[in-house]
Amino acid sequence: MSVPSPGSGGSVFRTVLGDADIDRALTRIAHEIIEANKGSEDLVLLGIPRRGYPLAQRLAAKIARTDPAADPERMVGRLDVTMFRDDLRRHPTRPPGPTRLPPAGIDNKVVVLVDDVLYSGRTIRAALDAIVDIGRPRIVRLAVLVDRGHRELPIRADHVGKNLPTSSAEKVRVRISEVDAVDEVVIEGPA
Amino acid sequence: MSTSYLIKGATTAAGEGGVDVLIRDGRIAERGRSLSAADAAVVDAAGLVLLPGMVDIHTHLREPGREDAETVETGTRAAALGGYTAVHAMANSMPVADTAGVVEQVHALGRRSGWVDVRPVGAVTVGLAGGRLAEIGAMAQSRAGVRVFSDDGICVSDPVLMRRALEYVKAFDGVVAQHAQEPRLTEGAQMNEGAVSAVLGLAGWPAVAEESIIARDVLLAQHVGSRLHVCHVSTAGSVEIIRWAKQRGVNVTAEVTPHHLLLTDELVRSWNPVYKVNPPLRTDDDVTALRQALADGTIDVVGTDHAPHPSEHKECEWAQAAMGMTGLETALSVVQHTMIDTGLMNWSRFAEATSVLPARIGRVQTQGRPLEAGEMANLTLVDPAARWTVDPHKMATKGRNSPFAGLELPGAVVATFFAGHPTVLEGRLNAPHPDAQKD
Amino acid sequence: MKHLLSTDGLTAADAIRILDTAEEMAVVGEREVKKLPALRGRTVVNLFFEDSTRTRISFEAAAKRLSADVINFAAKGSSVSKGESLKDTAQTLEAMSADAVVIRHWASGAPARLAASDWIDAAVINAGDGTHEHPTQALLDAFTLRRHWSRIAGRTSLGEDLSGLRIAIVGDVLHSRVARSNLWLLTTLGAEVTLVAPPTLLPVGIESWPCKVSFDLDEVLATHPSAIMMLRVQGERMNAAFFPSTREYARTWGFDDERLAALEASPAKDTIIMHPGPMNRGLEISSAAADSSRSTVLDQVRNGVSVRMAVLYLLLSGDDSAQPTPAQEARV
Repeated sequence: MSVPSPGSGGSVFRTVLGDADIDRALTRIAHEIIEANKGSEDLVLLGIPRRGYPLAQRLAAKIARTDPAADPERMVGRLDVTMFRDDLRRHPTRPPGPTRLPPAGIDNKVVVLVDDVLYSGRTIRAALDAIVDIGRPRIVRLAVLVDRGHRELPIRADHVGKNLPTSSAEKVRVRISEVDAVDEVVIEGPA
Repeated sequence: MSTSYLIKGATTAAGEGGVDVLIRDGRIAERGRSLSAADAAVVDAAGLVLLPGMVDIHTHLREPGREDAETVETGTRAAALGGYTAVHAMANSMPVADTAGVVEQVHALGRRSGWVDVRPVGAVTVGLAGGRLAEIGAMAQSRAGVRVFSDDGICVSDPVLMRRALEYVKAFDGVVAQHAQEPRLTEGAQMNEGAVSAVLGLAGWPAVAEESIIARDVLLAQHVGSRLHVCHVSTAGSVEIIRWAKQRGVNVTAEVTPHHLLLTDELVRSWNPVYKVNPPLRTDDDVTALRQALADGTIDVVGTDHAPHPSEHKECEWAQAAMGMTGLETALSVVQHTMIDTGLMNWSRFAEATSVLPARIGRVQTQGRPLEAGEMANLTLVDPAARWTVDPHKMATKGRNSPFAGLELPGAVVATFFAGHPTVLEGRLNAPHPDAQKD
Repeated sequence: MKHLLSTDGLTAADAIRILDTAEEMAVVGEREVKKLPALRGRTVVNLFFEDSTRTRISFEAAAKRLSADVINFAAKGSSVSKGESLKDTAQTLEAMSADAVVIRHWASGAPARLAASDWIDAAVINAGDGTHEHPTQALLDAFTLRRHWSRIAGRTSLGEDLSGLRIAIVGDVLHSRVARSNLWLLTTLGAEVTLVAPPTLLPVGIESWPCKVSFDLDEVLATHPSAIMMLRVQGERMNAAFFPSTREYARTWGFDDERLAALEASPAKDTIIMHPGPMNRGLEISSAAADSSRSTVLDQVRNGVSVRMAVLYLLLSGDDSAQPTPAQEARV
């Protein structure tokens, strides 16, 4: 939530991905998804707000460019996991956001969960629970722009834009233009 | 133990400074300047105001019957601490003070306690039921010598019964103290009817329910030539009616409580039943009118309507809660705060409203007397410069239901002399009067 | 926000947050699995000192859909009617670790009293107190209004208030907690409210309320309000001389068939008829009006569950005691 001001707390910032890197990574993920799925049939990309949802939209657009049969509008949904989190009581109340599924739903589909950063795995755990309550996909896969390690649950991503070895003292900031007006991945660490 | 006290350097209610008063054998032996008496205990009264002992025209001592709420002992201790030397104990005890037996019992309890002069009030009607007259004559002629008759808590609403009561007390130089509340207009009433009750959805107690009874009663009092006292006046309209009646020569006196001089129905928004009282807290306009009326004498006296309740009667829903507030130990400070510190009245008028006139209404011969040699030494010594924060848990009354809890107020009672004996010294309880008839 | 006691003082932002959350809850209500794990392990007590099966089951459904444990404590016919005080009941619930108390009470202010006391630490939700307030009813009414008029306007209702809407609330305003809660909430959300009632059923002191007051239902209907909210009238009011007869009441202040016909003949094709239930058919509302396509009575019931889920979720899911100050947040 917090946007560190330069120099506050003596942090240093390191840009690890720029806008071209992010675009390349998403293109690669899009191709991997098509390859794994042998096309775009039955494919549903569920973005996890906030940044996972625009990333899912970008991936859908790239998939549609490769596979003209694909309709990016009907492929993408957003999955709000707020009410499934295991840390609700440790934070101030968070109002839930909208969950919107593609018109055909997710039953018997191949669902790819899309998020910006994979860290502890708890968000994905919440997402898996949320999916169970809204339908029964044939397969659930996971695509993330950045995997920074430090997993606390037995969860791994199927498609990763970039593996970033980090220390847990560092923070990984993913900024994407739909939300943050800029595309970049920054590591913020103690000086 | 010394029975002589020399009060040094007091300021009188009239404003005369440097006054010494020698108290000996229960009476004022001498008043003057630079007095000395070798055998007398000296009370330094520099900066203090010496008032006639306060007389409460309206106190609920709860005994007999509700000793869990208050006893004559605890209530009179509270009275002494509040600067009182006499209280009128209302008749709504259990059993009701509607016979000579009960009023004599209350009177005797007061004598035994020895903190103040306890003057029982007799019920107007049997059991406060509003059906037939209680034995007013027997109570008047009893050892209690009752002069004030009231069904307080309940209005004598039957106009014929009220007329008869007003007429009948004349035979004993009595007065009917009316709790003015039209019962049909106040069925289920929980608070003042107005903007706040509309929002809170609480059944309203309209001002007209008080005013219509006062209007009726002053006309009845005039018609039969009787003495009427109006308890706890709470509305601007009531003030107007009483002013009008006095101008017409009706023999009516009126009282206001300290809480009606300060608090308004806005406090009910807290839903804290400590603010539930009958008559209810009214509006700012009413408070202003009441202060003005007390200052100009339209309202003659301050009566506390001290009404202690056990905490379980207040720790509940508003509608379930008992009505009433404690007041004996805060009255002086609230009146100083609202009337004297605001410049509306001086200590001379204060003495009249809290001592001289209530004693006269109740026909208490030895109270509310001038500061002169030969008079019974019922005196209150006040430090008007003191400030204190109200803490109901430090009070002598059993009731914790003070609406002033947490409020910082001016004025403190330094000493109370009851019949020449200091019941309170240095702001603390001293000892009951040595003549108290202990068993 | 720790408690929901009243809509008086609820900010527009808080109200919209509740309504928006309720929209998400409504989506859950349309799913096959109508359940969320958000309040797992939390205990919600329905403490009812007054019978109201519909309100109780609505709160019960809401709490259960959020996976909370629900304890129903009907204080009527229990130890409470044997003289146990609200304080003792509250302390009992505290000892049972209740996280929220949904309280319905015949006495105005009882929920506020409970919330202000140190008898219990739980969140207190007012499910109707005396003639004071019924905030969740007002919220579900606002939700119903917002959904209806957003749909007509072709907009999403998320984030919207009620500005531009004109609501007539008709009937026993004096004794109505629904009217009070609705008046504060609807006006906070920007709607204009007109209260219509016989003068005997309007409180003294109403002059300071942020609304218009009328004694003439037909005159108000002729202005084509966005919604007409009919209040329940209790027959026993007649005995207390608030009005001469139920027939006269129905004819003068009831939404009867003639008024329905007049509305149908008017250009106000989207005006809805609301009622908090339970209805007195033939008294404040005719059967034809209650069953007409304009009636939102059943929508209101349905929306009630969503709104109550939203309230329970917002009051119970987070830890607002440890809300970080901006300074703390900057240090993260």
